[in-house]
Amino acid sequence: MDNLSMLIGGKAGFGIDKAGQIIAAIFNRRGYRIYVYRDYPSIIRGGHTFSLIRASATRRDAHEGHVDYLLALDQETFDLHKGRLKSEAVVIYDNDAVKVSELPDGIRTIGSPLAKVVKEEAAPDISRNTCIIAILCKTIGIDWGLAEEALRRYISKDIEANIKAGSRAYRESPSLTEFGAIDQRPHPLVSGNEAISLGLLKGGLKAYLAYPMTPSSPILHYLAHVAEEFSLKVIHPENEIAVMLMALGFSFAGERVAVGTSGGGFCLMTEGLSFSGMAELPIVVILGQRPGPSTGLPTYSCQTELNFALSAGQGEFTRFVVAPGDPEEAYYWSSEALNIAWKYQIPSIILSDKDLAEATYSFDEAALATAQERPPFLWDRSQAYKRYADTETGISPLAFPSEKDAIIKINSYEHDESGITTENGAITKKMEDKRLRKERLLREDLTSLQTVRVHGDKDAKTALLCWGSAKGVCVEAAQELGLKVVQVVVFAPFPFEEVAQALAGAKKVIAVEYNATAQCARLVRARGIAIHEEVLKYDGRPFSSDELTKKIEGLL
Amino acid sequence: MMTLGTKTVNTWCPGCGNFAILNAIKTVLGALTEEGLPVENIVLVSGIGCHAKIVDYVNTNSFYSLHGRVFPAATGMKVARPELTVIGHAGDGDAYGEGLEHLIFAAKRNVDITAIIHDNRVYGLTTGQYTPTSPAGFKGRSTPFGTKELPFNPLALMLASGATFIARGTSHGIDLLKKLFREAILHKGFSIVDVLQVCVTYYNMYEYYEKRVYELKDHDPEDFNAAGRKIREWDYNNDGKIAIGVFYTKDAPTFEKSFPSTGTTEDRGQKIRELLKDSI
Repeated sequence: MDNLSMLIGGKAGFGIDKAGQIIAAIFNRRGYRIYVYRDYPSIIRGGHTFSLIRASATRRDAHEGHVDYLLALDQETFDLHKGRLKSEAVVIYDNDAVKVSELPDGIRTIGSPLAKVVKEEAAPDISRNTCIIAILCKTIGIDWGLAEEALRRYISKDIEANIKAGSRAYRESPSLTEFGAIDQRPHPLVSGNEAISLGLLKGGLKAYLAYPMTPSSPILHYLAHVAEEFSLKVIHPENEIAVMLMALGFSFAGERVAVGTSGGGFCLMTEGLSFSGMAELPIVVILGQRPGPSTGLPTYSCQTELNFALSAGQGEFTRFVVAPGDPEEAYYWSSEALNIAWKYQIPSIILSDKDLAEATYSFDEAALATAQERPPFLWDRSQAYKRYADTETGISPLAFPSEKDAIIKINSYEHDESGITTENGAITKKMEDKRLRKERLLREDLTSLQTVRVHGDKDAKTALLCWGSAKGVCVEAAQELGLKVVQVVVFAPFPFEEVAQALAGAKKVIAVEYNATAQCARLVRARGIAIHEEVLKYDGRPFSSDELTKKIEGLL
Repeated sequence: MMTLGTKTVNTWCPGCGNFAILNAIKTVLGALTEEGLPVENIVLVSGIGCHAKIVDYVNTNSFYSLHGRVFPAATGMKVARPELTVIGHAGDGDAYGEGLEHLIFAAKRNVDITAIIHDNRVYGLTTGQYTPTSPAGFKGRSTPFGTKELPFNPLALMLASGATFIARGTSHGIDLLKKLFREAILHKGFSIVDVLQVCVTYYNMYEYYEKRVYELKDHDPEDFNAAGRKIREWDYNNDGKIAIGVFYTKDAPTFEKSFPSTGTTEDRGQKIRELLKDSI
């Protein structure tokens, strides 16, 4: 068997998320490639939460809608997800908490009195998650030693009691199958947020500022945790307006800086974004999308902020917008977003979404070699310093305080080359031309990068057009159906030529997006390229591989 | 002494209180640079409003920010480069209205920057509306029948928020203004000088202030309770005496010193590999 899907569920506060990570870690050490989808409500205690863990011989960045193992710590998990059971699935459950109804033949059930076990072993209630992991391991023939090692790595509180309860649950449950190891090197397990964090660090990040907001808060937490080690300044200011302006203060002082948020926080950042455009202060913004409008669904996912990212902020200015589709792309483009922001002195926006941000992936370490920090254009002292010197490329050489002999004047008003306020019409036009001219060289630079990627059968007559976290599920559906996938990675400046080239030869183009208005398809259509079908999902949940495959099949 | 002026044409109204603030800050910065402060370490930050033009008139590094956003920008550059001398000029609409939250947090953090508030108690550049420090009943263009709200006392707010240097001056007492600016800049921590600045066009309080201001004497600025009493003596609304001078000073740890100093980014590849090893 080279593909196994497991669902573990319970109430918020049951340790479901951690259990999902531990199961992923166990399979990872056995050579499997991992994908974990996390589904949780915006609630700290109570409310249904579950993780879908997929372990495969080859990389698959999507979850399956149907599962081989259902691990139910409460009745709701069983009731909500029994429809997902494959024909030979196994249900493992706490029979102190769950009543299992009639199930089709072929499905096996393993009930164990977990509440009683943890009580008798004097372990805390939460260690029922440990017990159910132990039973899963026993069922599929994984050594207790391997399970215990993973448990000890992930659990610190009451670990001995957890191990005691877990080992008893392991002893007292049956062994059903042998799910062998795969002979390949385990990869690190990372979330999109971790990949973004590491990419920023590699790109020379000196400071990170953010106000907490799902799904981007884990970047703040991660970078705060490693701040000392990387000599990084991490600040959580009073609101997103302060985040952005403080970051521009760092930028002015010459320190590479990034900020992270979601749509609502980005709303507050837009005045600072426009300031960055006018004052040519480099800034990187991580915009983790979640469904709106307004507060929306805080802990779910979408791709609704593409238009917003492309047009946020008053006035017209050059910007860079990139939407990575997996952690390797997230790592590379996060470092590149810094390089581009600093080379062109523009805002770079990394569009992420809750699924990319918080899903767990097997990270191919070969990607580490792709990212590097590159210096910006610095003042060479050959001429008197002018912060906004008008040049052929539009890029003015940078100097930072306290550089001697340079008076560095930053200005949010229209300004002359020295940074002094102006309302003169001719200077206004000249400076706007200068700022917009930067896009020419940026476009040239981007031609050598993978701004659009083609996956699957490159000669297929049907192409799926996608972006961001939809990449994984589209690639799998295309593989299943023999289709081509065209993934738009860079959105500003929009790579029209590359998209046209990638879609050339396709007789039918199907846009797959997590929004209601097909935002990427609109951009492509604006170029005169036909998009024949739209498969849109905007309920906050990503497509499972089987669900999308079936939908696309119906359109062929 | 080096010249800190620029060739930019000054567009403040004749008689504007901003001239005194400009002259005072230029004199103080000139003296400090002569005493050894590298001029390239100075950054003036401004908001948006009449006050903000000051950055075009002083030949130092400057950061002409957004309305209300002087102090987060000033905080960012100070944390990034603690060796900088960062002076934030803001109007009363700017600091006490649009950007109040930032001002409170800058005081709370005790970041070592200086706030100079051009407090003319009226919006000048937007042609005459009331501000957070306009007295009750103020008739401005947005409140033709008089405001229905009381002003707040920004210095009481600053004392409560953790500012470690609190002073008030007026735009027609330039010698005191120079002294206050100098002390505020040299103070290690968040310092604020509220300058009662006359707006000759929209709210000319010259005579009103002339009659009421007096300089603090026999006041111990290290006494928090005494500072509170003196700060509350005039509430920006009544017609009583108005104290000017230094109300409060305190030594306290500063925000920018709490961060790791900037290191090299060269060895990060290896550190990243080590972090990833932990997640296998």
